[in-house]
Amino acid sequence: MTEIKVLGPGCPKCKTTYSNVLEALKKTNMEANVEKVEDIEEMMKYNVLTTPVLMINGEIKVKGRIAQVSEIVDLLKK
Amino acid sequence: MFDWLQHFADWLIYSVLNIGAETHLGTALNFFVYDTLKILILLFLIVFLMGIVNAYFPIERLKNYLNRKKLYGLEYLFASIFGAITPFCSCSSVPLFIGFVQGGIPLGVTFAFLITSPLVNEVAIAMFIGMFGIKATLIYAGSGILLGTIGGWLLGKFNLEPMLSDWVKKILESKMQQGEYEEEKMTFGERLPGISRGAWDIVKGVVLYVIIGIAIGAFMHGYVPDNFFGQYLGGGQWWTVPFAVILAVPMYTNAAGIVPVIQVFVAKGVPLGTAIAFMMATVGLSIPEATLLKKVMSIKLISIYFGVVTLFIILSGFLFNIIL
Repeated sequence: MTEIKVLGPGCPKCKTTYSNVLEALKKTNMEANVEKVEDIEEMMKYNVLTTPVLMINGEIKVKGRIAQVSEIVDLLKK
Repeated sequence: MFDWLQHFADWLIYSVLNIGAETHLGTALNFFVYDTLKILILLFLIVFLMGIVNAYFPIERLKNYLNRKKLYGLEYLFASIFGAITPFCSCSSVPLFIGFVQGGIPLGVTFAFLITSPLVNEVAIAMFIGMFGIKATLIYAGSGILLGTIGGWLLGKFNLEPMLSDWVKKILESKMQQGEYEEEKMTFGERLPGISRGAWDIVKGVVLYVIIGIAIGAFMHGYVPDNFFGQYLGGGQWWTVPFAVILAVPMYTNAAGIVPVIQVFVAKGVPLGTAIAFMMATVGLSIPEATLLKKVMSIKLISIYFGVVTLFIILSGFLFNIIL
């Protein structure tokens, strides 16, 4: 199963990214383990500088900006 | 540049709504329509431009650059300028802080970045251009960058490392790692929709505050007598600057709405330096940021950090009141 992580300490941008992920999953009818990482200690393990970060299957796909729904759909289809 | 907007506001209020130009209501409404449209256009343009900068800003490479090169003290200035350029999202400040410290960048340089980042941001710049003009905006941005530089340098002189949180210290002690970062490969055309969408989101987020701020400002313009504040707050009393700064701290979330009100204060006699100090304290010293920083610093360090920034904001307020 696809593993999706959204990294961000809970600012509006991170929340938008998270809801975009859910919407993209709905659109593609895919199922995935979506996890929200809000703890900064945990976040730093992934070596990120800017948030929000979108990770799919352990790989950083988008960082420092909001990932748009259409973009996430494309990433999920790959 | 905005003449056509003024014509539009004149036409709408005086001709369409038929409210006289000589009435209080007429001038207030005209001011409101003109300012609201002008500010919203400026906001979108500047936020959009900064979005493009942000999309291409190589923050990881900058981090490595600040770390590797011997810059003879200029690193404080560079860090401060970079803090001004990168659009601020309060949520990124902590990961950036850790990333910098982890990358071996001195704490003082990191602070220079951290001070300027919220102080000189796209929303504040757009509001300042709209309400006070280019010259005041340049003074604001320039002094913000200078404040970050000097503040960071001064904080770097203290021995502050022991006041970081334990887990951050552990990161420092463990081997400094120079992270490998893959860069996103996207064309400008692919990025553009996301950037304009992001700019739109930011403008949408502040539009209510802007309208309320301008409405209050328009009302005051029409009804508060000239030099009213000048008599009470502008007459060179030294305490007005610190008073303005302390008053500003809890107003963080409404920064966009506060500038139009400050503009009226200035128009009615408050010195520009006091206004700039107020604005800086509004965006630069925020309680939400302090709570985020608590994760990586002790309360004592946050107090020192905020104390130094407050002090410098007050000093620059005094300075501007003398020289402007």
